[in-house]
Amino acid sequence: MLDRLTANLDFHGNALTLRADRQRVIAANIANADTPGYQARDQDFAAALASATGYRPAGGAIAAAGGGAAKAAGLVATDARHLGPGGAPAGSTALLFRVPEQAAGDANTVDMDRERANFADNAVRYEATLRFINGSVRTSLSAIRGD
Amino acid sequence: MSLNRIFEIASTGAGAQSQRLNVVASNLANADAVAGPDGQSYKARQVVFQTQAVAGQPAGGVRVSSVIEDQSPGKRVHDPKHPLADAQGYVTTSNVNVVEEMVNMISASRSYQNNVEVMNTAQQLLLKTLQLGQ
Repeated sequence: MLDRLTANLDFHGNALTLRADRQRVIAANIANADTPGYQARDQDFAAALASATGYRPAGGAIAAAGGGAAKAAGLVATDARHLGPGGAPAGSTALLFRVPEQAAGDANTVDMDRERANFADNAVRYEATLRFINGSVRTSLSAIRGD
Repeated sequence: MSLNRIFEIASTGAGAQSQRLNVVASNLANADAVAGPDGQSYKARQVVFQTQAVAGQPAGGVRVSSVIEDQSPGKRVHDPKHPLADAQGYVTTSNVNVVEEMVNMISASRSYQNNVEVMNTAQQLLLKTLQLGQ
């Protein structure tokens, strides 16, 4: 009974942790914007969330995370060992490499515009998750108090 | 809490970029120097960035692995009246390319600003997280 109270919080808690992880990965990309040979990384958020919570979006297909992370073409993984279109195991939380749009002379694949956009986008989504948690806490409290 | 690590990563970025700015300042200051402290003409210096790997973490900061000296020959200017002129009347100045250094400076300052922005955003997110459930 009690776990029903916190099940929703658990989901958003997982999402919040993953958002913080992604924020860190993008911060590392921005810090390494001028490092020769650095390969920009990103997280496939939908896949990471699915593997953290066991929740699958309708249809079983995992939508690709924003930006240039490997796009999923709607392959259905029915086993944990199935490979996704990006080559990584479907639903794995391993970081993917970004596909560069323009090659740089020093083999660095950080595109600052894209990293800044992703960073801002992820920050907004992190805040949204915080609000979901706040809202759900407030709802539970008001149900408990009965006022 | 992985948001705390953002400060570490972004501060390594800002630190490395400020070191690059320092090197640019040194190069620009010595652009017209004829002789360095060792009697040789000044050699332009460049920083080399390297990813700072953290054990068990895929994402890491950045560090300056070394500062290299540009070994290309310095500019030779014909100035027979100069006290350091050689037998042919030429003076060897530093091999600093001022245009390159200016571009380097702009790039370093933009990258520094990006890292500061990352820290600002992370700070805001952390503050909002601290207010969770209130």
